[in-house]
Amino acid sequence: MFSGLVITGQTVAFFLIALFLIACGVMLLSMKKVIYMAISIGGVFIGAAAVYILLEADFLAFAQVLVYAGAITIMLLFAIMLTKHDELERPAVITAHPVWSVLGTAGLGLIVLWVVKFSGIKWPQATADSPFQGQDNVKMIGESLFSQYVIPFELVSVVLIVALVGAITLANKEEKN
Amino acid sequence: MLSVEQFLTLGAILFCIGLFGALTKRNIIIVLVSVELMLTAVNINLLTFARFGLTPSINGQIFTLFVMTIAAAEVAVGLAILIALYRNRNTSDVRDQDLMKW
Repeated sequence: MFSGLVITGQTVAFFLIALFLIACGVMLLSMKKVIYMAISIGGVFIGAAAVYILLEADFLAFAQVLVYAGAITIMLLFAIMLTKHDELERPAVITAHPVWSVLGTAGLGLIVLWVVKFSGIKWPQATADSPFQGQDNVKMIGESLFSQYVIPFELVSVVLIVALVGAITLANKEEKN
Repeated sequence: MLSVEQFLTLGAILFCIGLFGALTKRNIIIVLVSVELMLTAVNINLLTFARFGLTPSINGQIFTLFVMTIAAAEVAVGLAILIALYRNRNTSDVRDQDLMKW
C-alpha cells in the first residue's frame, strides 16, 4: 500500500500516532457511557497535537494541547455532568437512518481514499530536509499574523468576544420578576 | 521518510469517523464532539499541504490557527445552547429536539 516506504524514526512515530488516533476515534464511536466518549476525544486531540509536531507546526501543537485537550475537553465534561452524567447512549433502533449513515460515510471514505491512493494524482514529493529549516516557528507565525493577516486576526478576536458574550447570554437563567 | 499520502489517508479516516458519529450519535454533546473531530481532520490536511506542498509556507498554519479559534467559539456557543435546551426540555437527546421539525 505504501510502496517505497523507508522505515525511519519518523515513520514509526507516525504509524504509532495514527494507530492511537484511530483507536481513540473508534472508542468514541463504540463506548457505552457518554463520559468515556468525552475522555476518548481528549485522546484524539492529544494525538492530533503529536501529528502537528511531525508536520513541524510546533506552536499549533501547543495551542492544540492548551485549547482542545485542556479547555474544550474539560468544558465538555462539565456539560455532560451538568446534564445527565450517568446516562447511557441508548441502543440504536434499526431504522433506515443508520443504514443510510453507514452507506454515506463508507461511500465518502472510499471516494476520498481512492482519490488519495489510486486516482494517479501526483502528490508533491516530500523533501527530506524541512522547508522551514533554521527558522523559529513562533516568530514566523507572529510576523505573518501581525503583518499580512492583521485584519483577519482582529476580526477573529471580535468573533471570539461575541461568542463569549452570546454564550453567557444563552446559558444565563432569566430572572423571574 | 514521511509522505503526503499517509497524512491525507489519516485525515480522511478521522473525517469519516467524525461524520459517522455526527450522523448516528444521540447525545447532543457527542454530536458536537464529532464535529470537532472533523475539524481536526481538516486541520491535519491543511498542515500537511503547508509542510509538504508545492510551495511550503506558513500560511497553512495561520489558517489552521483561525480554524481552531472559530472551533473554540463554536463549542462555547454550542454548549450554551445545550444548557438552555436542557433547562427547557429536560433532555439531551438529539431526537427529542423536534420543535422546529417539519
